[in-house]
Amino acid sequence: MSTLVNPPINPVEPFLRSDRMPHIWCPGCGIGTTVNCFARALIESKIDLKTLALVSGIGCTGRVAGYVKLDSFHTTHGRAIPFATGLKLANPKLNVVVYSGDGDLSAIGGNHLIHAARRNIDLKVICVNNLIYAMTGGQSAPTTPGHAITSTSPYGSFEPAFNLPHLVEAAGAVYVARWTTFHVRQLARSIGEVFQKKGFSFIEVISPCPTLYQRRNKLGDGLDTMKYYKEKSKTKHGTPTSEVGLTMSGEIIVGKFVDRDRPDYASLLKAQMHESLGDRYVDYDEEQGFACVDDSGCGEDSCH
Amino acid sequence: MPFGPREHACSRPVGVCVAKGRVSIVVERCKACGFCVEFCPTKVLALSSAFNSRGYHPPHVVAPEKCSGCDLCGMYCPDFAIYGYKNPAPKSEEPKAEVNHEG
Amino acid sequence: MKADPRGVLTGTHFMDGDHACCEGALAAGARFAAGYPITPSTEVVERFAARVPTVGGSFIQMEDELAASIALQGGVWGGAKAFTVTSGPGFSLMMEHIGYAAMTETPCVFVDVQRGGPSTGLPTLPGQADMMQARWGSHGDYEIIALCPNSPQECFDLTIKAFNLAEEFRVPVMFMMDEVVGHMTEKVVIPAADQIEVTPRKHTHKPVEEYLPYQTNGDMVPEIAHAGEGYRFHMTGLTHDERGYPNMTPQAQQKLVMRLQKKVRAAADRIAMSEEEATENADVIVVSYGITSRVAQRAIDLARERGLRVGKLRLITVWPFPETKIRQLAGRTRAFVVPELNLGQMVREVERAAEGKAKTILVPHAGGSVHHPQEILAAIQEAAR
Repeated sequence: MSTLVNPPINPVEPFLRSDRMPHIWCPGCGIGTTVNCFARALIESKIDLKTLALVSGIGCTGRVAGYVKLDSFHTTHGRAIPFATGLKLANPKLNVVVYSGDGDLSAIGGNHLIHAARRNIDLKVICVNNLIYAMTGGQSAPTTPGHAITSTSPYGSFEPAFNLPHLVEAAGAVYVARWTTFHVRQLARSIGEVFQKKGFSFIEVISPCPTLYQRRNKLGDGLDTMKYYKEKSKTKHGTPTSEVGLTMSGEIIVGKFVDRDRPDYASLLKAQMHESLGDRYVDYDEEQGFACVDDSGCGEDSCH
Repeated sequence: MPFGPREHACSRPVGVCVAKGRVSIVVERCKACGFCVEFCPTKVLALSSAFNSRGYHPPHVVAPEKCSGCDLCGMYCPDFAIYGYKNPAPKSEEPKAEVNHEG
Repeated sequence: MKADPRGVLTGTHFMDGDHACCEGALAAGARFAAGYPITPSTEVVERFAARVPTVGGSFIQMEDELAASIALQGGVWGGAKAFTVTSGPGFSLMMEHIGYAAMTETPCVFVDVQRGGPSTGLPTLPGQADMMQARWGSHGDYEIIALCPNSPQECFDLTIKAFNLAEEFRVPVMFMMDEVVGHMTEKVVIPAADQIEVTPRKHTHKPVEEYLPYQTNGDMVPEIAHAGEGYRFHMTGLTHDERGYPNMTPQAQQKLVMRLQKKVRAAADRIAMSEEEATENADVIVVSYGITSRVAQRAIDLARERGLRVGKLRLITVWPFPETKIRQLAGRTRAFVVPELNLGQMVREVERAAEGKAKTILVPHAGGSVHHPQEILAAIQEAAR
C-alpha cells in the first residue's frame, strides 16, 4: 500500500517571512502577485540570496521589504534609491533591488529616480504602479490618469500623468519594461533578465488597487481589473517609450521597450580613476571590502 | 475542518487518478480574489462556499483530473495561498494500488 | 582597535578645520561619504573626494541633501563607516534621515558647519544657531550625541571621537562646527596610526539562526549585521520589535523608544567632555563652546586681570547636555555667563540644569561674526557685581 508523498512546499515559501503571513495587502491587490513573480525569477536565475539586498520606500509596495526573507530595508518615503545607491557603493558585490510604488519613486522620489538612471547605477528597480497613493487612502499620484477620481482630485484628475518608461529612458536607464500583474510569466522573465544586466534597470508593473483606485472610479474589483489587463494590453516590444502613455481605460502597451548597453556607474568610476590616478587608485577589495569596521580577524598585522 | 494545507479531494475511485498535477491550498491566507479560479487554463478551481476564519471563501478543486500542475494559480495568487505542482507519482499501472488522498 | 594607517596622514600640518575634519574621518576609518555642496562645509567632502580614491573607498556627490543623508546610511549597512557634511539649510533637509538613523540605530556622523541663519542667511559667515536643531530637529523622541570643536586640531581629534561614539552607541552623531573653526588655518598634528584609538563596529558573531537585529543584553545597544552577510534581516523606520519587524503597538513603542533614549542618557556623564578651569572658587563661570570659547578665553583673561574670580567651562560634548556638571557648578558659583553666536539656545539648558542656584546670563549674538571680547567681559563684570 503506497502512501502519498507529502506535497512539496510552495517554491516561493523560502523567500517569504512566513511568520508575518497573511500580509496586509487587500484582496485583489496585485502587489503579492508581483512578489510571486519576483520569487520565481530568483529561483530561475539561481542567484545567491546572500548577495541580494532589497530596498523599499513607503507605501503599499514599500511593504514588500518586510515580507521577503532577504536583507531588506524599509526606508523613508521616496528615498529607497539613494539608500540603495549607498549600499551598492559600499558593497559592489551586492545585487540591489529597489521595490517600491509609483508615488514613492516618481513623486517624492522623482529626483533620485532620474539621477540614478542618469548615473546608470547598477540597481534593479521594480515599480509597482497602481496609479494612486494607496497606503494613505487614495490620493493622486503623478501617474494617475486624466479624469480619474481620487481623494485629492474629487472632481477628476486634470493633471497630465507621467509616462514612466519614457521618463526613465530619457534619464538614461539601460533596461525599461512594462508588464501588468496579468503577465506573470513575462514579468518573472523580465526580472530574471535584469539580474543579468549591469546598469539601471526599471520594470513598471501595472497593478490593481481595488480598494481605492478601482473602487472610486467604478472599475470593478481586482479580478475585473485583471481581465481588463488581459483584454486591453498589447505586447509590443521595442515600442518607442513616448508612445506608451496610459489612460484610464485605454490600451496598455506592455513589453520590453529598452534594452541597451551603457557603462554602469562603477565601471565609469573605475575607468576615470585608473586614467587619472593610475597605480595610486585603490580599488574595492573583493575580500576585505573597503576597510575594517570591526576587529573580527583583522589585527594590525593582517590587513595593512 | 482542518485549516492547513490540504490536497484536492479526488472524486474518482481510488487508484484511477489521472491528473498530471495537483494544487495545495493554504486556506487561512486566501482573500478570495478569484485570480486562480479565473486564470487556471483548465478551470480546475472554483470559489467554495466554505469560509476561512477571516470570512473569505477560499477556492476548492472542482475538476481535479484537469490539473496539469502548471502552477499558474500559484503565480497569480497575491496571497501565497495556493500553488500547483506536478503529480510526483507516475500514473498508476495497477488499478488496485491505493493512492492516499487526504482531505 | 588601532586606526588603519592607510587613512592616517601622519605628520604636522597647517590646515583649516574643514580639511582637518576630513582627515579625522579618514583616520577614524570612514570610507564612504555622500555629500552635497554647501558653504562653508564643502571643503570637507572636496578633500574626501580627492583623498579617498587613494585610500580605498568611495565618495558620491548626490543630487540633494535628502539623498546624501540617506545614501550614507546605505553605505553603513553595506559595511562602511560613513558620514555627510552640510550647513544650516542642508541640515534642515537632512532632519528626516537623522531621525531614521536614530530609529534604525545606524552608526554615522553628520557634520554641520554652522553659518548665519535662518534660511539662506549668511553662507560665508559664522553662527551657532543650529544647536537646538541638532538635538530636536527631527520629529519624535530620539537621542543624538553632539560634539563641538573649537580649533582645526579638535576638528581632527573630535571627528574621530564622533565616529567612535557613533559606533559605541549606534546613534547618529552631530559634529557641530562653525564657519570660523571650519575656515581657520592652524597647526594640526596627526599622530601615527597606532596611536589613534578607533572603536570597532559592534558586529554580531552570532549564527544566523540566533541573530535578532534589535535584541539587546543590558547595554541597550544591539549587535549589527550588514547586508550581504547571510543574515537576511529586516530593517524599518516603523516602530519595530527585536526581530526588526514592524510592531505598531503602544507596548512596542514604549519599549523601543525608551531604550533608544536610555542607551544614550544612561551614559551621559561618561559621554560628557568639557574643559574646566578655575571653577572651584569662581564667582562667575563662563560656559561656552566652539569658536565663541576662544573669544570667551580672551574675555576671561581680561576679567582676571581686573581681579575677578572667573572660571571657565568649555563644552565639548553639547548633547547629551552635561547637566550633572552644571548642577554641580551651580552650587558653587553665583552666575553663569553664556556667550553664544545665537539669540539663546544652550543657555536654556544651562539655566534648566542650574535650577535657580546660580544666575544665568546670556551674551547673545545674531551671527555673522564672533563676539568682541569686551561684550563678554561686560557681562562677566555685570554678573560679578
